[in-house]
Formats: sequence, structure tokens, C-alpha cells
Amino acid sequence: MSSNKKYWKSVEELKENSSIVETLKQNEFVNEIPTDEFLANKATLESSSTTRRDFLKYVGFSTAAASLAACEGPVVKSIPYVVQPDRIIPGVANYYATTIADGFDFASVLVKTREGRPIKIENNTLAKTLGTANARVNASVLGLYDSKRVKGPKKAGAPISWSQFDAEVSKKLSNIASSGKTIVLFTQTYASPSTTKLIADFKSKYGNVHHIQYDAVSQSAALDAYQAMYGERAMANYDLSKASTIVSIGADFLGDWQGGGFDAGYAKGRVPHHGKMSRHIQFESNLSLAGANADKRVPLTPSQQKIALAKLYSYIVGGSVSGDLPKPIAEVVRKTASELKRAGSKGVVLTGIQDVNAQTVVLKINEALSSKAFDKATPILTRQGNDKAVSRLVSEMKSGRIGGVIMSGVNPAYTLPNASEFTEALKKIDLSVCFSMKADETALASEYLGAAPHALESWGDVELTKDHFGLIQPTIRPLFDTRQFQEALLKWSGNPASINDYIKAVWNENILNGSSFNKALHDGVFVRKAILDEENKTVAAINEEEDIQGLTNASGNAARALASSGANAKGMELTLYTKIGMGDGQQANNPWLQEFPDPITRTSWDNYLLVSKADAERLKLINENEATGALNGSYAKITANGKTLKVPVIIQPGQAKGTVALALGYGRKAGVKDELKTGVNAYTLYHNFNTVQSVSIAKDAGMHEFACVQLQNTLMGRGDILKETTLEVFNTKDKEHWNAVPKVSLNHQETPVTSPDVDLWDEFDRSIGHHFNLSIDLNACTGCGACVIACHAENNVPVVGKEEIRRSRDMHWLRIDRYYSSEDTFEQDDAKKDGFSGLSGDNGSLGGFGELEDPAHNPQVAFQPVMCQHCNHAPCETVCPVAATAHGRQGQNHMAYNRCVGTRYCANNCPYKVRRFNWFLYNGNDEFDYHMNDDLGRMVINPDVTVRSRGVMEKCSMCIQKTQKTILDAKRDGRVIKDGEFQTACSSACGNGAMAFGDVNDKHSKVAKLLKEDRMYHLLESVGTKPNVQYHVKVRNTKA
Amino acid sequence: MKKSYQILEVNLTNNMKQVIHRKLGSNILRIGLIFLLAFSTSLTAQDGDAAKGKSLFNANCASCHKLNKKMTGPALANVETRLSEAQGLDREWLYKWIKNSAGMIKSGDAYANKIYKEYNGTAMTAFPQLSNGDIDNILAYTAEVKVPPTGGDGGGGLVSQTPSAADNGSTNKLILGALALLFALLAAALVLVNKTLRRFAEEKGVAIAKEAGETGRKSLWQAFVQNQFLILVTAIFLLLASGYFVYGYFMQVGVNQGYEPVQPIHYSHRIHAGDNGIDCKYCHSSARVSKHSGIPSLNVCMNCHKSIYEVAESTATEEYSKEFYDGEIKKLYDAVGWDDANQKYTGVTKPVKWVRIHNLPDFAYFNHSQHVSVAGIECQTCHGPVEEMEIMYQHAPLTMGWCINCHRETNVKVKDNAYYTKIHEQLSKKYGVDQLTAAQMGGLECGKCHY
Repeated sequence: MSSNKKYWKSVEELKENSSIVETLKQNEFVNEIPTDEFLANKATLESSSTTRRDFLKYVGFSTAAASLAACEGPVVKSIPYVVQPDRIIPGVANYYATTIADGFDFASVLVKTREGRPIKIENNTLAKTLGTANARVNASVLGLYDSKRVKGPKKAGAPISWSQFDAEVSKKLSNIASSGKTIVLFTQTYASPSTTKLIADFKSKYGNVHHIQYDAVSQSAALDAYQAMYGERAMANYDLSKASTIVSIGADFLGDWQGGGFDAGYAKGRVPHHGKMSRHIQFESNLSLAGANADKRVPLTPSQQKIALAKLYSYIVGGSVSGDLPKPIAEVVRKTASELKRAGSKGVVLTGIQDVNAQTVVLKINEALSSKAFDKATPILTRQGNDKAVSRLVSEMKSGRIGGVIMSGVNPAYTLPNASEFTEALKKIDLSVCFSMKADETALASEYLGAAPHALESWGDVELTKDHFGLIQPTIRPLFDTRQFQEALLKWSGNPASINDYIKAVWNENILNGSSFNKALHDGVFVRKAILDEENKTVAAINEEEDIQGLTNASGNAARALASSGANAKGMELTLYTKIGMGDGQQANNPWLQEFPDPITRTSWDNYLLVSKADAERLKLINENEATGALNGSYAKITANGKTLKVPVIIQPGQAKGTVALALGYGRKAGVKDELKTGVNAYTLYHNFNTVQSVSIAKDAGMHEFACVQLQNTLMGRGDILKETTLEVFNTKDKEHWNAVPKVSLNHQETPVTSPDVDLWDEFDRSIGHHFNLSIDLNACTGCGACVIACHAENNVPVVGKEEIRRSRDMHWLRIDRYYSSEDTFEQDDAKKDGFSGLSGDNGSLGGFGELEDPAHNPQVAFQPVMCQHCNHAPCETVCPVAATAHGRQGQNHMAYNRCVGTRYCANNCPYKVRRFNWFLYNGNDEFDYHMNDDLGRMVINPDVTVRSRGVMEKCSMCIQKTQKTILDAKRDGRVIKDGEFQTACSSACGNGAMAFGDVNDKHSKVAKLLKEDRMYHLLESVGTKPNVQYHVKVRNTKA
Repeated sequence: MKKSYQILEVNLTNNMKQVIHRKLGSNILRIGLIFLLAFSTSLTAQDGDAAKGKSLFNANCASCHKLNKKMTGPALANVETRLSEAQGLDREWLYKWIKNSAGMIKSGDAYANKIYKEYNGTAMTAFPQLSNGDIDNILAYTAEVKVPPTGGDGGGGLVSQTPSAADNGSTNKLILGALALLFALLAAALVLVNKTLRRFAEEKGVAIAKEAGETGRKSLWQAFVQNQFLILVTAIFLLLASGYFVYGYFMQVGVNQGYEPVQPIHYSHRIHAGDNGIDCKYCHSSARVSKHSGIPSLNVCMNCHKSIYEVAESTATEEYSKEFYDGEIKKLYDAVGWDDANQKYTGVTKPVKWVRIHNLPDFAYFNHSQHVSVAGIECQTCHGPVEEMEIMYQHAPLTMGWCINCHRETNVKVKDNAYYTKIHEQLSKKYGVDQLTAAQMGGLECGKCHY
């Protein structure tokens, strides 16, 4: 059928006799194709001997040749040592004990090295204090192989030799010393006895030397308060395993509060034992790890927290304080006080409010409770920074009184709120030296850049807590032409000794007291026995008694001051916090940490403003999901003290109304790969080193793209996924009530799913040999994520980048799901879901499930680590068309990468969604510019685990390389394997005891006992997959 | 100690025979070492017996001294003359020095201290058991030796290449050639016979039936072409055959059995493991405890090659001359930075880039210690007759099928291994066998080798 429609091609056609229309009708191309350019030159064409046919022949030949050549195996060269070191056996790992002490993280660790390369950080079980590595410490090994590291000393950006560096710097130092100006050593907290002595030596050589210690995230208030009370500049130490009632006011003690390391003790008390577990009450503004684990969490603005703390003080110690709290909160504070009083010496109060009064008040409350958890014998020494000294430094630099600044371990040009002022002042100073691993913000502003070694290439020592020492030893010869700060000090003080000899001398003289240095070096830790322990104690006790009267008055004043400072807050209150993944930002160029999803927001590659739902609605800030599911958020403009930042917003359940929070440590600009320059620098708002700032917030244009790995935030009333109960029910009712095995109907008979009668598969006899089980105690898991990074390091898990995460292509073998309750508690969620009747209507499931997707304002939170469950009846195995995934007798679900053809059926059939597909070749691919695309970064790869290629599935292997090694070692020694020898990367990284791994066929093993516990359940048991990962019901110590 | 005594004994008994013939002819000397040592002074003349001296030298001195070459200690050719001429020291000094060098150094003897310092404070072992007579014999031996010809530098490479190695191959070719000739002759004979027969027929007027044209009979070829069934069968046969060869071709891609690359140093396993019987695990020590067998580091080579700077004449073969082998040892010295003339390490090293022969793919995990230490498998089981290999090559195909076969057939060595006690008891009951194979123990599971 022909059509009479006329299609208009342009307006021009309306005009009759338009010449253009005519012209265009004839010419297909508007502009003449310039064929002349390449065809006109006849001479060239004729002289060329390559015809079209020849060309095709060449193409064909080279293709054939290339494909034939590809069949030929490459020639691999093997280069043995010329002189093989005694200790190195290729293929066998060596472990060295050392300490990570970067000024923010302090931990005693073991470093696993293969063929001389450090490849993994593990916990040092000999350490009595700070012996567990958190996510950042676990990831720090990758920092050693950072391609952004400075490879040699520099002057004004140009490389120079160390000898020239020394000559110029010492000359300038002598000049400054003779001119009478001050030399400032501006360093991180080293807490190092040898460095302290070194600095004293340096002072005696150059005279007017001033040492300023600087913590990027200040703990000055806590230090000042402790110093005022106990005369020692330290932070109070708490052993939370000894507390039955823990009250925290704004202290994220499971995160980075006071340097961290409290979670192991906390977790110990959280596992119900003889019907008892500790109770944890948290008052805070933004949802922290500690708050997420609390039995009762009260969202309060920072100023309200001050009043609450003051009231708590008045209830427990006495005296009266002014200040008003909303009635329900005042009631909670009163009840908390009475709970604390009842707990007596088993109660403890912690606070993270950076205010001397608040810190003093807390110390006094703990004194009044005579809290057993308050460990006065071993205060924490890993923060020494002094805010006042740091603030004075900039003004003194400007005044010209300072002749030279030598910096090490600090990055003030990034971390100071008045960084630009500092940078300007620094440029005018005669001598500015910065020891740094990277050409970071401060290094770029300094004249001399001393290339510093990584912690794993350095010598050192550290007094972690009083009398508890750690030694730092190199685990690899320095990769580059670097020198540590201490070595430079030695040199400039004219001491020819080497740094390790110096440390050894200091230790033999002051610390070891006759013990062996080699033993201390082997252990990595040393505890000094105070000889006059007993005497000291009695003296201290007497002093305390004398002081107590005075202090009560003083601290009573402190409480009143605290309350009144809390009363006069106005505007929105911003809390600056640190994320467990990024800390103070010195590891910003670490792709593992950038990709590590924050335990609370489950968002990686960013920092963001956390806003409560109510405030978000008021300010019209939104979060929404794209068609792909990826999370987007509005931008907000925050203004404080005349500074403005544009930050993306995440609406955070549990955020106290009227408060917002922003993580420090992001927004690095220098010494960081482009892909990793993420987030905004919140330090610019860190005015007066106060983590709480009053700000004004307004919506800004545009939407930000987040990389969030968990898009479903609530459990939707499916309490069988993450089972939990209350302590009361746990103690009084039997298992059937709170941890029932799901039942299915078989011939109208209710049959438990564990029964073989309802199983699709035949049971395999697993009683012979080893049968591995991994147990996860949801009560002890704090969600800290150390296991995630440990798994990353052990199993060569690739980093995929922000864009890929947005497409849900994250590769983490182990994820920690975080769930919010939609009602006030998960229990109410379950009840609500069970109460649905019909599809629509008031009680209908359509609307009801919609509501259940929404987290509550102050939800209950629960964490659940999920990795491959190694099902005995695995759904993935039955659907693989090429049998690439198969079951082993030892209970592990094997994955043969070389056999996989990438159908992804297994991932689709996995009920736990733990299988990961390699969409790209991440190794050696410059599109993924993280660490696997350069030889340096690849040095961290574990040689025992295959690096997967494109197009194959991968997943948790239950660290089969580790279990196989344990078995082989035992076979070689001809012995039976003891319980505890079997470990996975995650279970050995878990310092909280939440993860246990072992052989359930060994009846005496820990996991075999855990398997029989009442709290044990399997994830999605109703599916009948019979997993080899056990979970243990979370018990909450809630009270009405 | 015992061993050295035995050697001494042998040497001395040898000497004794000569002594008997030449000097005393007494039977009393036949009772062995200690006796001989006790009485030896009476047996020797001042000038000494060079033959006896040689065996004494080899037994006692040769580990540190060579006659014409500086080693741990100085070269000893004509040592007595050299000392008396250059230092004015007599034989008495030598007696004292040999019997107790440390004492001499302590006593402050000038030349003793000089020597001590010259050799980096390496003290000479004291030989109190040597009598003056023995020493005389040794000195006689050292005096007897001629100054050596200035040695060739040994860089000479292949000197003679005889066809002997190819012997086997050539006989085969010969046989094949003969067969081919035979067939050619036969064919020619057939043609001739045919021709002759035709001629006869023509002459006798017998009409030869024309094959195709006249009688309507088709030629064999045409019949074949027209028979569809035959064509089908042939096509299937050809397809199968080509499929077989294509499959065969693809299956050998990446299988490097027989791979025998040229190495930067011609290291002969035949000499080391075969002729000298050095245990494999002496050099490949990490095979006992590690997944890698390890290529020995050069310091392991130098454990022996510090004193073995040349091969014996008898080591040379027709294919590889002594000079060639000595040249290879020089390459080692060059790589490890050993200055053989001054017996010192120069500190300049050039690590050897060996060509790796056994290449397992990255996704296959293999652990030597499991097989070597736990299972007690001989290295030769997988690596072939290494002790006969002049040039190392890959003996086994190293394919998965090859691994699996062995796991199916090999019994697990469970004896005296407490690890296996329980699992062996349970599994052997389950399978009803006495001996479990590696496969029954779980050695066929994917995840045991692929992770």
C-alpha cells in the first residue's frame, strides 16, 4: 500500500524553488569527499608495489603466523639466589613479629613473608595488648608496594643523594642553632623510648630544639584530663571483659576511640555465659560501630550528650547540675545511672566527647564506681599530641622565631584546618624537611623530602601501654633509597651507630632489665615487670584519698561546666568521625581500603554527610536508586566558620535529629592515584581540633553517585536469616522457642528440614577424615571488617573500582551484611510480617512490605558476615554444566577456575549470593589502575592462590590452601593435628573470637562443641543446603 | 676420624708392598696402621719415598693444598726448596709447622704468622700423627712434581662431535632405505613382468580384452566413484582419521614432554647424580619441605666446586671434552664471583638465568614435599632417569591425566605416620581394602590441586 504522506526533511523545503533543496537532492554528501587527497597523487600510487591483494595476503599471513606462534610455549627463566639466605626456603613462609605504629594505628602483628616478600599481616597472639590487627593494619602491607612511593630523597622536587641531603641539612641546622632560632621536630606520636632518647640527643647537639607531637585526630582532651588527675600524659585504658554494664557517651570504642583495641575484651563479655552477658548502653549522635552493637542506643546531639553525662555524674557521684533534656531521655539517663550503680565495680562509663570536663567527669565516675574495667596500671600511650602546641606552631612559624621544621609521620598540609596558612608559613622558613613515604601535601610544600621507608622496612620500638612494649623490625630490605626519620636524627646528631644498635642499647639499658633482646625481638612484644609494683600502688592509693575531696569539688565544677557548655549549642551539629576503613587518611592510596565497604553505610570509595531522615526531609535531601540499583544522593553545602564544603548526602537511620556527621581522611589530593582521589577533605572543618562543629546546611545542585554494596537495608521481617533473641528469653525458654529448626510438611506431618526424609539429595558419609566447619558468633561479631581485608590479602581478591561496584560487581569473598530493623526492633518486624492478611488494605502485605523496606529512625542493627556456606548439598554444584565446582570430602566446596566456562548458573542458583564473577581481567590491566597492574603492587600476591582471569567464577574456598598446608605439615611430621591448627584467613584475623574454624570430626574441637550448642543455626536452613558455616543466634541484653 | 683412618690404612698398605720390595722385605709391616705409625720412623730414609708421599699427600693434604695451585692453603710443589731459598727455612721448621702450626703461630714465628695472615687467618690443621718420615715422603713427592704446562683456559666448547650418538638413528634409516629400495625393485619387476607378458600376448596374437571401453566393464576407480556406499564409508573413515589427528595435534599443544632447552651453563646431571652419585636432595634440598624443589643457589655448587676446579680426564666423553667441562666450571666461577687464582670471592655476581623446564600452569598446585617426604616417591618416578641425562629434559608429560593415573595406582604410604592412622583404619574398612590409593584418600578431588 503506497502512502501519500510526505516526510519533511527540513524547513527549507517549505520554500518553493529553494536552491538548497535542489542541490541536496542531487548530492548525498553535503561536502565533497576529499578523495583527491589520497588518490590524486598518481605517482605515489603507481610507485607503490602493495596492491590490495598483497595487503590482504599480508593480513592473512600475519594472522596465521600470530596464531601459530601462540601455540608455542613461552620460555620461562628461573633465577636462583647466588647465595641463598639460611632462613629462606622458596615456597615456605617465614613469620616475623613486628609492630605497626603509624601514629594512628598501633598493633603488634606477625608478618608473613614469602621468598622475602611480606604478603600478609596477622595477629600476634603473644601480645597482651593491641595484639589484633584491624582492617587498616591488615591492609597496610599493600602500602609497602605502593607505586606512588617516593624512591629517593628530593630537594625542591629534584632528586639528590643522601650524602648531599645530609650535608645541606646539617649545615642549615648548625646555622639555625647558631642564629638562636628554634628548630621544631613536628612528628606523629611515636610513643617510642628510643626515639625519645634520640630527640634528647638531637636537642643536646643543636640546643634550641622543640619537639611537637601531633595526632591528626586529636585526643588532647582525654590526655589533658588524665594528666590532670594522674600526672601522666596518657589515655585511660579499659578492659571491657571485666564490665557487666558498659555505658558509652559518644565513644565509638569498637571503632577508633582512643586508638581502638577494646573490641576483643568487649566481645568476650558479650557472649552469654552461664546465662550472663554484659549490657551496653550507648548515647551518640551518628550511628557508630559501638552504637550498632549496643543493647540500647539513644540518639542524642553532642550538646545533649554533655548534659546527659553531667546528669549521669550527678546521679552517681552526687551534686546537682543544671541543663535540660527531653523527658524520655532524662528518664533513660536516670535509669542508666541506677543500672550503673547496681553494677557497682562492674560498671564502666566511656566518653568520646573531646572536652576536658567531659573526660574528667568520666574518670571521676569510674573512680566512684571503683570500676574494675578501668585499668589504671597500664594507661594508653599511643596518643601524645597537644592541640595548644600545634596551634601555637603556625603563629610562631609566621613570626619568624622558628628556623627549621623537620616533620615525620605527619601531613599537616592536609590534616590541619588551617592547612593553607601552614603551607604559606612553611615556605618562608629557612629549613623545611619532611620525611614521608609519598610526595604528599606536606612533602610538596617542604624544601627537602626525605624518602621514608614503610613500617615493614624500618626499625623501631613503641610503648603501647605503660610497661607494654613492642619492637618494630624490618621484614624486607628497603625497596627504595629510603631512610627513616630516626636514622637521620642519629646521623645529624653525629652518632655513627646504626638505628638497630641504638634501639638495642636503649632497650638493654632501660627496658629489658636483663632479659634477652633477641627473645623480645622474636616475640615482638615485651612486658616490663615493675619491680616496685606493690609499693607504688599503696603510695598511689594514699595520694588518691587525699585528693579525692578536692577532686570531687573540681570535678563537680567540671560537670556543671560541662552541662552549661552543652546547653548553649545552636544550629545543626556536625560530628567529624573516622571510618574504620580510612582512619585519618594516611592510607588513602590503598585500594583495598578504598573498596572496603563501611560497616554501617556499606558504601565504599567515598565519604559523605550523614543526615537523619527527619532533617533530610526538611532540607529536601534525597537518596534514590538508579535503574541498575546503584545508589545516588543529593549534594549538600555545609558551612562552618566561614568555610564551605559541597558533600554528598547519605540518609542514615539512627542519626540523631539536628546532627550530621562527616568522615575525616578523605579528599587527599597529593601522592594519591587519580582513581583513589575520593571524597572531600573534612579536616578543613576541624576547627580548634573539635570534632563537634556547629554548621548550617543547605541543599546543593546535582546528584552524587555512590558505590554502595548493600541496597536492601532491612530484613523484611525474615527473622530466620539473622536469628536473634533477648537474654531473658534465651535464659528462660527452651531452644524450640527462639531457635527452632524449620519444618516442612511430609505427608501432612511436620518434619524438620534436617531430616533425610525430606532431602532431595542422598547423604554422603562425612564421618571419615577432616570435616571443616566455620562458626560465626553473631554476639561476638562487632562488624569491624578486619576479616574482609584479611580475606582480600590472603586470596588475591581483585579491586574493581567504584564504577564496577555501582554495577554490583564487587569481588569481596566475604561480606558483612548490616541490617536495620524497620520497626523499633527486629522482633516487631517479624510480628508485623506475620500479621499481614490479604494483599491490600490496612494490614495488607503489599503496603506492609513497602513499609518494612524503610529502616526505623533509631533502628536495631545487626551484622552478619556471609561467605560461601560450603553447603553439603550445594545448589551451585548441581547446575554447573562442566562440573567446575564440586564437593570435597573435607566439606569444602571446590572451585576449579581452569574448568569454569563462565555460564554463571552457579551464582544464579546460590541462595546466599556469595559467588563472584570476573567480568574483566583485573590483573595486569591498566583499566584497573589499583595495584595489580604494576610489578610492585603484584608483589603482595599470595603465591599459593591462583590469580583468576576474566570470565570465571570465584568464591570463598574456606582457605583450602591453608587447611591443605596444615594437613601437609602434620603428614610430614607424622602427627595428629591438634584443635586450633586449622585456620582460615578470616578466623585468624578475628580478634574478637567471633569466628572459629576447625574439624567437626574431631570431637574435642571447639567447632564440634559449637555445632552442638543451642544457639547454633544455619543460614536459610529451610532451603536444605546443609551448610558448613554455622551461625550463633544473636542475644540482646534488652530490658523494658 | 674412623673413615680417615681406613683410608690411611689402605694407602699405607699399598705403600708397604713397595717398601717390602725395595727395602726391608719384612713381614712385620703387614699388621696395619697403628703399628706402622709407631714404627714408621725406622722405615724411612731421609730423602723419602715419593710414591708413599703421594698417597699420604692425597689422604692428608689434598683437601686444602694442590701442588701447583693456590687453594685454601698455598701450592706445595717444591715447597721445601722454595722455603729454603726464599725464607731460609729448613726441614725442621716444616716438621714443626705441620705437626703444630697453631703453636708456631703463637710462638711468634715470623714466617708462620705471615702465612697465617696471608690466608685470612685460616689455621692449618695440626698433624701430630705424621712422623718425620711421613713428612719426608710427602716432601719427596712435592719435590718430584714437574711444573705444570700453562693450562688452557678451557673455554673451548665442543671439541669433537662424533656420529656415534646418532648411531641408533642411522641404522634405522639404513633399514628403512633398504626396504624402500626393495619395494622399488619389486615395483619395477612387476612393471617389467607386465610388459613382457603383454609382448608375449601380442606376439602370440592373444587379444587382450580392453578393460573399460569395449566390454562395458568399468575401471576400479570409476566403480569406486559411482558406488555411493563406498564413498560414504571412505568419507567417514577420512573424517574420523582427520579428527583423530586434529585431536592429537590439539592435545599436545602445551605439553612439553621432551623439552630440552639449552641452558646458560651446561650442567650435566649425568656427572653429578650419575657418576658421582650425589643425592638429588643434596642440591634440591627444599623438595623435602617445600612445594618447590628449588634450583640450587650457587653457594651450594661452591660447596664442592671450591676445590673441584676441573674435571677428571675420565669424565670427558667423545661429545664433550674435558676442556669443555672445565670451561663450564669457569662459567660457574664467573657467575658466583669466585676468583679461582686468588681463592677469593670478588663480590661481583651474575645470577644464572636457567631456562625452566618443568612448567606447571599457575592454576595447578603441586607440592614436592608431599610427594618426596610424605609419600617417599623417588625423584625418577616423575623426572625420569636424571642420572643418565647429559642435558636435562622433561621426562613426563605433566598433564592432568598423567597425575590422575598415578594417583589411581599408587598406594598411600601410611606406615609409621601417625597422621594417617585413624583415617586409614576408617577408609580401608569402608572400601574393604588393605592398601589405600591416593585416589581413595581423596587425591582426585578438584580442590586438592586447583585453588
